[in-house]
Amino acid sequence: MFSESAPRTVSSEALRLVWVYPDLLSTYGDRGNLLILAHRAAARGFGVEALEVRSDQRLPEQADIYLLGGGEDGPQALAARRLLADGGLHRAVDTGSVIFAVCAGYQLLGASFFAKGDRCTGLDLLDLHSDRGPTRAVGELAGPVDPRLGLPTLTGFENHGGRTHLGPEAAPLARVTAGIGNDGATEGAWHGKVLGTYCHGPALARNPDLADLLLRWATGADRLAPLDATWTDRLRAERLAAPH
Amino acid sequence: MSRTAAALSRATGRGDGSVIGGRVGLIIDPDLLAHLAAGRQIALVSGTNGKTTTTRLAAAALGVLGPVATNSFGANMPSGHTSALAKAGPTPYAVLEVDEHYLPQVLAATSPRVVALLNLSRDQLDRAKEVAMMAALWRAAVAGHPAVHVVGNADDPMVVWAAEPATAPDAAGVTWFSAGQRWHDDSWVCPACGSHIERVDGDWHCTGCPLRRPQPQWTVKEGAAVAPDGTPYEVRLALPGRVNVGNAATALAVAARFGVRPGDAVGRLAGVTSVAGRYAQVERDGRRIRLLLAKNPASWLEAFDMAEPAPTLLSINARDPDGLDTSWLFDVDFAPLRGRPVLITGDRAYDLAVRLEVNRVPFTHVPTFAEAVAAVPPGRLEVIANYTAFQDIRAVLDRVL
Repeated sequence: MFSESAPRTVSSEALRLVWVYPDLLSTYGDRGNLLILAHRAAARGFGVEALEVRSDQRLPEQADIYLLGGGEDGPQALAARRLLADGGLHRAVDTGSVIFAVCAGYQLLGASFFAKGDRCTGLDLLDLHSDRGPTRAVGELAGPVDPRLGLPTLTGFENHGGRTHLGPEAAPLARVTAGIGNDGATEGAWHGKVLGTYCHGPALARNPDLADLLLRWATGADRLAPLDATWTDRLRAERLAAPH
Repeated sequence: MSRTAAALSRATGRGDGSVIGGRVGLIIDPDLLAHLAAGRQIALVSGTNGKTTTTRLAAAALGVLGPVATNSFGANMPSGHTSALAKAGPTPYAVLEVDEHYLPQVLAATSPRVVALLNLSRDQLDRAKEVAMMAALWRAAVAGHPAVHVVGNADDPMVVWAAEPATAPDAAGVTWFSAGQRWHDDSWVCPACGSHIERVDGDWHCTGCPLRRPQPQWTVKEGAAVAPDGTPYEVRLALPGRVNVGNAATALAVAARFGVRPGDAVGRLAGVTSVAGRYAQVERDGRRIRLLLAKNPASWLEAFDMAEPAPTLLSINARDPDGLDTSWLFDVDFAPLRGRPVLITGDRAYDLAVRLEVNRVPFTHVPTFAEAVAAVPPGRLEVIANYTAFQDIRAVLDRVL
């Protein structure tokens, strides 16, 4: 794969990031979330260990953040089956690890989802289920985030055919002001330290404060030193002002 | 009427006129492409990357036999094929570049002798079919036309699976080539069975089913295309980069199916200097500006290989022809650009800025191409741009061809 890798350290204090099944769940720029978290953690002086774990390998336990990307129907269903058999992600949630999932990865955290016309069993780590919508949702996605998370407006690009229905145990990540998200009204979901979104690919590129929230959850830090936000601010302002 | 439309398209600066003439023609007669193709010996060239260049090289190679019709402006949908054949008059041969999505349709309309399948990787996902679906579309098209010989890329599991029906006993067969593919991130999962694909050095095989890399007849070695009989033909190209030696080998393999001896054709390939403005060099105010088109992750890796270590301008748009989604920027490792002055521009320069920051590649943002030219010292300026950004810069440079 690529030569680009996060700074590594052998320190036991290192923040361990795991990209779950890049061979199955990596559609379009999904690596970005791993790179962005590693970059922002390293800029705050954290040692970072970034692991890419293939679907024929066991998921390591006690990592700090697990990332799930987008995927086509076949690989999505296969990933769900392998994660159920592995059990590692459930153990990680039980021990307080952070999970951040986008698109197909987000859907498979729910109780069930549709792939290739069949209902598939999900991991049931978030109280939600997904089915197929009448149209494919492709385009800019934006909306104000759940105020309890203390984040600025969510912005991203969505590209999916699913509709996601939240149960009482999952809170929407945001209300939708542009795009479809879960169902045209809400977008994404979170519970504890498990968070999913339909903002696909490198969702954290446009949402650096969300990246920092995941890092704070993982490290227990109350606050992180601010980073230069010139380019992320310009990107956010441009995308939030763009026609939808 | 078609000619008027083409002239209008050129005059209004909206295109080079090579697509719109054919579009009007197709509205008048949907069978026009089939009529124009009848009686010609045709090769089709398709794939995510390299198809425009390989088409130009294959047309040059086939030129050994006589006049060749070709859509050399990259107008690669049926309307572009129609205008190419109409404009060319009654040539005995044609080499047509085909957009991946239109391959089944164009195979049916043109009954080609050969189809070259170069590669399949992610490209404009917000509207293009996903890679595995595209491979399935190709496979069905190949199965539906057993009389068509396939020239296929042995290094790309998606292509090998798609071409497989042509290896059946009653089909026209496959000539496999290996041109040294670098991009593998779209083919870790077997298109046939979903298992993991294991890669060791240049070889690959599926861990769950019999799909594996076939033995290629045509290969590339140290700047030479090596023919099936083992003879190396040194390829002297005006086009930069290792990838174009691979494209040249593919072109020779296509021409060989028409009876062209590689030794007769290889010299003609050097005559291809720029492809629809790609690789073109222009002098402006003492700057030697070279344009490289990179439209998806795989072709960015090739562009970095071609670019000299000189000041480099990157320009990114996300208009309809580019795909509206810029997520792919995170599939490209820009680290090879570290250590050279990097400038960025284009509609979506801020997406690129955030990507480069994470990649630890220092850069300067410039609002326009003209300001980029002014910002670098006299000498070489490499410009790498995606599709409409490339067209914008070409327009500024008075449509260099």
